[in-house]
Amino acid sequence: MEVFLQTLVAGILKGGLYALIGLGMTLIMGVMGIINLAHGQLMMIAMYVTYVLFHYMGVDPYYALIVSMPSLFVLGMLIQRFLLNPLMKVEAILPENQVLMTVGIGMVLTEVIRFIFSSNYLSAQTSYSSEVRFVGGISISYPLSIAFVVATVLTLALFWFLIKTDLGRSIRAVSQDPEAAELMGINAERIKIITMGLGSALVAAAGTLLLPIYYLYPDIGGPFTRRAFVITILGGLGSTVGAIFGGVTLGLAEAFGSTYIGMEFEEMIGLVIFLLVLLFLPGGFKRLTKV
Amino acid sequence: MLKVEHIEVYYGDLQVLWDVSFEVRQGEIVVLLGANGAGKSTTLKTISSLLSPGPGTITLQGRRLDAVPPDKVIEYGVAHVPEGRRLFSEMTVEENLIVGALKGEAKAKREETMKWVYSLFPRLHERKKQPAGTLSGGEQQMAAIGRGLMSLPKLIMFDEPSLGLAPILVSEIFGIVKTIHEQGVTVLLVEQNVKHTLAMCDRAYILENGRVTMTGTGEEFLNNPQVREAYLGV
Ligand SMILES: Nc1ncnc2c1ncn2[C@@H]1O[C@H](COP(=O)(O)OP(=O)(O)O)[C@@H](O)[C@H]1O
Ligand SMILES: [Mg+2]
Repeated sequence: MEVFLQTLVAGILKGGLYALIGLGMTLIMGVMGIINLAHGQLMMIAMYVTYVLFHYMGVDPYYALIVSMPSLFVLGMLIQRFLLNPLMKVEAILPENQVLMTVGIGMVLTEVIRFIFSSNYLSAQTSYSSEVRFVGGISISYPLSIAFVVATVLTLALFWFLIKTDLGRSIRAVSQDPEAAELMGINAERIKIITMGLGSALVAAAGTLLLPIYYLYPDIGGPFTRRAFVITILGGLGSTVGAIFGGVTLGLAEAFGSTYIGMEFEEMIGLVIFLLVLLFLPGGFKRLTKV
Repeated sequence: MLKVEHIEVYYGDLQVLWDVSFEVRQGEIVVLLGANGAGKSTTLKTISSLLSPGPGTITLQGRRLDAVPPDKVIEYGVAHVPEGRRLFSEMTVEENLIVGALKGEAKAKREETMKWVYSLFPRLHERKKQPAGTLSGGEQQMAAIGRGLMSLPKLIMFDEPSLGLAPILVSEIFGIVKTIHEQGVTVLLVEQNVKHTLAMCDRAYILENGRVTMTGTGEEFLNNPQVREAYLGV
């Protein structure tokens, strides 16, 4: 029973982080109408930014959020402005082909990092990296709890932003009907640039929060792009509330998979869940919740 | 107020408007009539800068409107209530109205304008927290008109507001168009519904296969045997 509870808690905590990854992807998906297959690679960049700050300047990874999020916000905006938006203007290129562009961007990011840092495994071993707290007999990872709290705060802030501010409303308007949004005076291209920045900043936060408990290497982006993809599909393609459910589901599935089946199956479990959802619940959780 | 001169509009290689010219004067209700596929929506989209007028020009109170990007047209005082409502269906009625007033004076007067819109459409007030996609057809049209009014336009363009509505709602919508006009907004109305519109308009243009073929006052049209036969079936 203790093992079960412990796994449950670990799964939910991790799920909070995954929700952050999925939310970024979902926002981009909603506004651009494409899936961003460089999502994990953007997270990888944020992890290296955090690593450099920690290793060379002794900055605690949690404080590094103040640098990694804005850096990735800018990187995301630049990618949208100079690499993705121009594609829209070429009539011969279908909008869907932007997806191929994101794959290319992901590859370039990975290789640039490999060139600078080589393929070596790195880690940011903080004093609290393996610290655990005991609550009612079950042990809870300290860094994962912090990550969960920060992820929750960021998620709430994002929802507040999307619902209560004009910019947030403009983002939702563009994702629902870009042409009608233009008629309302919204510059859809500018909104796309901002949204890509925002999605990148969110996944950057997840990367920074994960660093103290993860190994870092240039190819780590791939598995996280896959996770983001799974979360987005689980959540029902473009539903922000769905992305939270998707994130937590994947977190739980991975936690239970590695506890009860074996560590090496962690990633496979997610893909099995994914396959089951595709087969039995196409449309994801959105079909159940309608939000 | 609005002058459309010699516009030629294409979708890719396909030309759909040929040398279309017309004008709307301050304080008028002008109707653009035409069958399905005549090019009415294309004309409105060109005024809203979503399409290029080719060699033609579009001016509003002497200021060039073509070459202005689509998201800036609203700042010139032109609102476009598009065909098929095009509401933000997952946003609430209230949010749709807010998105209609994002800039400048419209933003500053948002609360006030919203009260005015709710007074025109009490039913929208009852449903303000409801997602726009869950409204009935007539209510959606009201929300789309309300959203257009939120920008405090000098000129408002309606693209077939009666489309797909029950006859009783059609009268209600045209009543609203008249009310809006009486409150000082100039109106350009695109319609297939000849009977209602000719009676309420100052002037009308007929668009056939992408060309303006006839123009006159509402009264002239109603007394014209050709129009009566072709459009009123009498
Ligand atoms: N996006 C488009 N691409 C290609 N052709 C179009 C497009 N939209 C409209 N058309 C064509 O342009 C013509 C005029 O259409 P439209 O302006 O929508 O007519 P109306 O509003 O009078 O019914 C029609 O022949 C229609 O098929
Ligand atoms: Mg039309």
